[in-house]
Amino acid sequence: MKKYSREWSVAAAFGLLMLSLLIVAPHFFQWQPLLSRVTSQMPAMVVALGVAMVIISRQIDISIGAQFSMCAVIAGLVAASGLPLGVAILAAIAAGALMGALNGLLVAYLGLPSIVVTLATMVTWQEALRLWQQGRLLNLPEGIQWFGQSQESGQAIVIGATALLLILLAWVMKNIAAGRAIYAVGSDAEAARLAGINPQRTTFGVFVSMGVLAALAAVMNLVQSPQIQPSCGDGMELKAIAAAVVGGIAIRGGRGTLWGVLPGLFLLANVNPALTHFHQPPYWEKAIQGLVIILAVVADGWNQKKQSNNG
Amino acid sequence: MSDVEKLLELSEIKKSFGAVRALKGVSFELKAGEVHALLGENGAGKSTLIKVITGAHAPDSGTLTVAGQAVAALTPSKAQEWGIACIYQQPALFPDLSVSENIGLRLKKSAAFAKVDWGKQREVAAKLLERIGAEISPDAEVASLSMPEQQLVEIACALGSGARIVIMDEPTASLTQKEQHLLYAVVRDLRDSGVGVVYISHRLEEIFALADRVTVLRDGESVGTHPVGSLTEAQMIQLMVGREVSAIYPPAESAPGDVVLEMQSVSCAASGIADVSLTVRAGEILGMAGLVGAGRTELARILFGITPASSGSIRLEGKTISIGNPQDAIAQGIAYVPEDRRKHGVILDLPIAHNITMAIHRRIFPQHFLLKQAEQNLAVEMIRDLGIKAFGPEAPGGSLSGGNQQKVSVARWLATKPRLLILDEPTQGVDVGAKSEIHKIIRRLAKDGLAVLMISSDLPEVLGMSDRVAVMRGGRLVAMVDGKKAEAASIMAAALGHSHSDSEKGQEGTR
Repeated sequence: MKKYSREWSVAAAFGLLMLSLLIVAPHFFQWQPLLSRVTSQMPAMVVALGVAMVIISRQIDISIGAQFSMCAVIAGLVAASGLPLGVAILAAIAAGALMGALNGLLVAYLGLPSIVVTLATMVTWQEALRLWQQGRLLNLPEGIQWFGQSQESGQAIVIGATALLLILLAWVMKNIAAGRAIYAVGSDAEAARLAGINPQRTTFGVFVSMGVLAALAAVMNLVQSPQIQPSCGDGMELKAIAAAVVGGIAIRGGRGTLWGVLPGLFLLANVNPALTHFHQPPYWEKAIQGLVIILAVVADGWNQKKQSNNG
Repeated sequence: MSDVEKLLELSEIKKSFGAVRALKGVSFELKAGEVHALLGENGAGKSTLIKVITGAHAPDSGTLTVAGQAVAALTPSKAQEWGIACIYQQPALFPDLSVSENIGLRLKKSAAFAKVDWGKQREVAAKLLERIGAEISPDAEVASLSMPEQQLVEIACALGSGARIVIMDEPTASLTQKEQHLLYAVVRDLRDSGVGVVYISHRLEEIFALADRVTVLRDGESVGTHPVGSLTEAQMIQLMVGREVSAIYPPAESAPGDVVLEMQSVSCAASGIADVSLTVRAGEILGMAGLVGAGRTELARILFGITPASSGSIRLEGKTISIGNPQDAIAQGIAYVPEDRRKHGVILDLPIAHNITMAIHRRIFPQHFLLKQAEQNLAVEMIRDLGIKAFGPEAPGGSLSGGNQQKVSVARWLATKPRLLILDEPTQGVDVGAKSEIHKIIRRLAKDGLAVLMISSDLPEVLGMSDRVAVMRGGRLVAMVDGKKAEAASIMAAALGHSHSDSEKGQEGTR
């Protein structure tokens, strides 16, 4: 039986898009704008890695955009108060971990459905932010942007850190007991429990990791501009979930690898710039992204049917 | 009796699921105005036969005649049109709707946008409930009704739809004695009005009280239809179990050693286990027989810490232990291969190697890092030792046949190096070849000194494999028999709660 890997078909689709751009619009590949575009996708990439783990454990977290905003504002305020960037980062991580722990507590230990829990926490954090910040733009002090380095080094740090996270997490999912447990729980929580795995602890851990990753993503976003908006994470949840699903993470849990998230996100994120370079109206972006997601899900369904026929 | 109308006639019905032949050419008939009991062990083919009659399963071959007309390609909705209604043990009602809504939904196939006539719906429901003597308000929400009340609602539905053939699948299993008598009255009433009733029950006295004829199924074959009056209880039991235990079972090769497991007056209020005491020795296979729902799986779940015992003591190799969750059980050297491997045994998405090491994460991930080579070696070794037919350790669990999945499930637990191995229906739904391989594996494990507790509804398997046989009924241990002296009839009698066997030691005061 040939092993089915959506990662590669998505990567191929992305490669095809890049190839056609190379032919039709070679100026797409100018170094500086390309670097900026890639850097600007890194926060979404980090969030998508987290949500991929959540989905593999057969849960969902739609509060990640709100978590992202909250962490960004907290880090920004700490930095604006004159404390060093390191403290701001730690504050963001603590906030993210706490928000993730709350989701995890409600989902894993009270057994509430994650879609409802994270919908509730999403609205709560969003509205709390609105009340607290009144939509104010927050100006960041000098020395925060690009970690106080030149733009190019800053971009290198963001991309490098994201790459490191991807490699680390993908390795953990494969080679650490906790990662194996996430797949087991997502495939069949009862079977995992009978095998001596603690599904509650696993689920809780996944949500906490999600919060921490949202915080790291918020920091990577923070350093890219001189000011931040309290609504900077709005829509991030859909972007991340879409990237994970297109990248081959099965929405019913238990399947997929974090590596797939990379081509998944890049494919979706480059629809807009590609349209511009093909001289097409950009209004098509969402429709095309929607189509890609549907294709991905249909491919999954079709493949699963084929497999169950064989088995 | 040839002038009586034949409502239903099945002839030479065959049905297989994969390699399992559930029905091997069963013939059955039902006349108007009779109660026809269907009797057989678990897995004899009763449920499959019912599902063929209700159109849920299409038979592979054979003919089905309803009211004198041959019916091809019966579907559940066609069966309803033909006047066939089935009342399952677990009523299939909509719990959030009222009684009259449930009855209304069942009776009328109206157009999707037709307006519901609430007044009439309520009136019809009230009349039907009155007719069967049920004191249930048509406006009551079904979720608020007790199980027997829900069954009465089901019967009302069947009556209201003008069913002439009513199938009842163990309708009294969850009823009190008073409710049973109410139900008997309803059944007799149905019969007297010319309805044919197919009645399935494990309670022999019920069959004597209600049925006119009885058909006994065994291993997917009908072993005869008799007027109830012409048989004694003992004869019925003999018909159910009466087969030669073939010599395909591997013989015991070693004498049992020291006591490994000792349970003393173990009870669990939550799962209905009461006062179970037993021992299992090293190298011994203790077979556990009983009907479905007798508490065997519940007992296993106590030992594995899924539903911990509420009283009594459990000793392992002489040491009193408490088992609060599966992790405890695994740490103590208890392994449990659950029933229904597709659901909770093998994870179909994951590779065989991952499945095998799932219960030994502490060992295969020391200091939290995967010992990839150790995992591979273990998987390869298990695949070879247990004869698992697979492309390799990386093949997903879902790519294997049922028997091989079961072997993977066993492998996972052997990897924990247990002292006590609990097997729950180890060969259910497995083809004959794989079955005998699994039997050999079990025997070999016992020979290597493992204490084995084998739960099985397959009576020949229990008789063929066990050094001793324990029988459970109603959450209690009702008999303990030496494997060599065990006879199918006496075990069945104990499981049914029929007192013809002197090996029975338990007491139950329900009748």
